[in-house]
Amino acid sequence: MNKPAPVTDWVHDFDHTDPRWTENPYPIWDELRAECPVVHTKRFLGVYLPTTYEAVKQVSYDTEHFSSRRIIVRNVRPEITQSAPPITSDPPEHKPAKQLLLPPFTPDAMKKLEPRVRQICNELIDEFINEPKVDAAARYTKHIPVRAIAHMLGIPEKDGDLFIKWIHEILEVGITDDEVLMRAIHEMAAYFSGHIEARKNHPTDDLISTLMHAKDKNGQPLSDMHVLGTLRLLLIAGIDTTWSAIGASLWHLAKTPADRERLIAEPELMPTAIEEFLRAYSPVTMAREVMKETTVSGCPVKPGNMVLLSFPAANRDPAMFPDADKVVIDRKENRHAAFGLGIHRCVGSNLARMEMTVAIEEWLKRIPEFRLDPGGEVKWSEGTVRGPRQLPLLLGKTG
Amino acid sequence: MSGKLRIHVDQDKCQGHSRCKALAPELFDLDEFGNAHEIGDGTVPEGLEDKAYLAKSNCPELAIDISED
Repeated sequence: MNKPAPVTDWVHDFDHTDPRWTENPYPIWDELRAECPVVHTKRFLGVYLPTTYEAVKQVSYDTEHFSSRRIIVRNVRPEITQSAPPITSDPPEHKPAKQLLLPPFTPDAMKKLEPRVRQICNELIDEFINEPKVDAAARYTKHIPVRAIAHMLGIPEKDGDLFIKWIHEILEVGITDDEVLMRAIHEMAAYFSGHIEARKNHPTDDLISTLMHAKDKNGQPLSDMHVLGTLRLLLIAGIDTTWSAIGASLWHLAKTPADRERLIAEPELMPTAIEEFLRAYSPVTMAREVMKETTVSGCPVKPGNMVLLSFPAANRDPAMFPDADKVVIDRKENRHAAFGLGIHRCVGSNLARMEMTVAIEEWLKRIPEFRLDPGGEVKWSEGTVRGPRQLPLLLGKTG
Repeated sequence: MSGKLRIHVDQDKCQGHSRCKALAPELFDLDEFGNAHEIGDGTVPEGLEDKAYLAKSNCPELAIDISED
């Protein structure tokens, strides 16, 4: 695989996998936004980037001109053989596929899962609480969403490392390496096929069985392919997204003692703080494929190109959010788009919020004092989902 | 004194972010899919006006209307 040329002109030649974007995208987005509500690059076979909240919102709502059949910007655009409904579905197929998934992810359903997530967090903390330093991304934030989604699906929590490997191969390596991507997809399909087969004779009370017994809009059971695609989606969408969101929140609290102390003193601020972390450090950038020529915020967009749908950039738009660059943990008005806007609103948003809240609450209860390790390096993931993949922290009081 | 407030969730706009229910559970409820609707006829009891406006100003889909009777 060829290494792309470094970017010298962000406005006309941006690259969302450039190391500078990965490290700190915010000044780049500010520069682009000041230039135009929609910028374009010839890289990745042609991609537009809406830079304002309004432009991101317009693309999100316009399913006629912008299709979800491709949702990741890659170096190649092979024929579409693998779908993951409903995230890769457009109307009219989208709604019935989404409706199936909504009931297991309501806030009430998440309340039932919450005690297990609290246990998971404490089990993880037990393993390192007596150590002076810890990589919180490797030993805490990474494992919480994996174990939670495994618990929901009814598969062994210990298989988590396997899931993390597949996700890395699909979302990061797979942007440029088709072979690795397809291998990961096939391994994942084989894994879940086994679980589906096992449940045909012995139904269980979990999300895999729920999907297997769900009916489509014609009253027919879902095909194994549909169930597999949806399971692939839940795993991919449910893990490194929340891993990133919890990690970025801890990163912020590690380097901002005032917010940490305030959150401990005023725990009732937790809901607004979580929303603000979601806004300021939104992990997920989706994509759309342009199907018909149209305009976005007055800028022409042409078919054959992809659109990088940067909810993180929208959430830093000062026209939408006063003090957009500041993290204000008691922000009253916060219509952030971290979970998307329109029909593709993240089905797991209630799960993500619960996991973030519980993970931060339990951490602060047991480790009220912590800071970034000046001897370590924070490393961020590249591409579609951005968050700390290495987060070295010193635990306990300075001294 | 001004009239009573009345809230309404536009079912075509609501996408189930459930922010309103989190911020004002006295005024909003969710259906089995997690989509929101106003409780009862949407009349806001006295003292909950601020919560109604808070829910409205945190709905990412602009799905909440507030009118004054």
